[in-house]
Amino acid sequence: MKTEAAIDRLKTRAAEEGLLDVAYTTADSPFGPLLLAQTKRGLVRVGLPNQDCDVLLANLAARVSPRVLEAPAQLDDVRRELDLYFEGRLDRFDLPLDWRLSGGFRQRVLRAIDRIPYGQTRSYTEMARKAGNERAVRAAGTACGSNPIPLVVPCHRVLRTGGALGGYGGGLPMKQGLLELEGVLEASPGPKA
Amino acid sequence: MQSSSISRRTRPQRLIPEVTELPPFQTLIDEHAEDVMAVCRGAVGRGDADDCFQETFIAALRAYPKLGDGGNLRGWLITIAHRKAIDHHRARGRRALPVAEVAEVAEVAVEDPLPDEGVWMLVGALPPKQRAAVTLRYASDLPHAEIAAALGCSPEAARRSLHEGLKRLRKELA
Repeated sequence: MKTEAAIDRLKTRAAEEGLLDVAYTTADSPFGPLLLAQTKRGLVRVGLPNQDCDVLLANLAARVSPRVLEAPAQLDDVRRELDLYFEGRLDRFDLPLDWRLSGGFRQRVLRAIDRIPYGQTRSYTEMARKAGNERAVRAAGTACGSNPIPLVVPCHRVLRTGGALGGYGGGLPMKQGLLELEGVLEASPGPKA
Repeated sequence: MQSSSISRRTRPQRLIPEVTELPPFQTLIDEHAEDVMAVCRGAVGRGDADDCFQETFIAALRAYPKLGDGGNLRGWLITIAHRKAIDHHRARGRRALPVAEVAEVAEVAVEDPLPDEGVWMLVGALPPKQRAAVTLRYASDLPHAEIAAALGCSPEAARRSLHEGLKRLRKELA
């Protein structure tokens, strides 16, 4: 009990002294628990319910900084906006983002995705063109699949030309559910064949 | 002698030290915070244990990205805790110590034999002067003159505190 209080004080002080390079927490969602991680620049990683937290955190330690601490208070804004989004009461995230986990063409694709408005969809081909290479459709698909900040950078709004769902890192039922939430798809009455 | 050099030649990969990747710092807190707190309580007493704990983990956080090898993180943390306990005793001593700066935490040898926490719990129960003398002598290898300077007493008094502390510990351990 006393050690826990000491740990809380330590985290506050670490943040004050600029020693908290990656703060993370978990948050509930209608699809299961999410992992949220942020740097001093902004939100850097959102882990979906089907992804392994330990693997994601080890990856952040290796690629961003090993100073990774669980610090829920640092992520209050992110959690609040996500809660509102899942309640259908927020149609545009206003959160600083840290893009460092994706580079080059992938980052250009993801920045284009970030501008797709709520409740609308685009094709992988359009995203490839917006990122500067219309023929790199497959690479645009890979960029969506490797999106480190899903939900907030709405890769679920990218579909195949013709409207097929394509893929989703959190599983197709989650993509379907998000598009239903945004009113793009009609809610399915039950499990689909 | 000869056989060992032969076996070395036949298995050269054994000579390359393995470097373990650094885990997220949260792991160190989850696994070792209780041990670090126990060492701090033992070394500086309950009242100041929290300060020692904070200083230890802040120093560890500062040095962590440059540590290079995550092989013995518990030993590394406990070594820092002992250094911070010494700093604490020095700060409480009347006279400032013009000795060389305590080694950079990242350089501290992690293969040092670790003190047994059971013993340190007993050390924590000693009267303040004895506790400080024992900690400074055995956690940090300070010579009597430096212990005396840190405690603000004469070398003879430091020696006496150390002697009394050890006598009491032996009795409790017997």
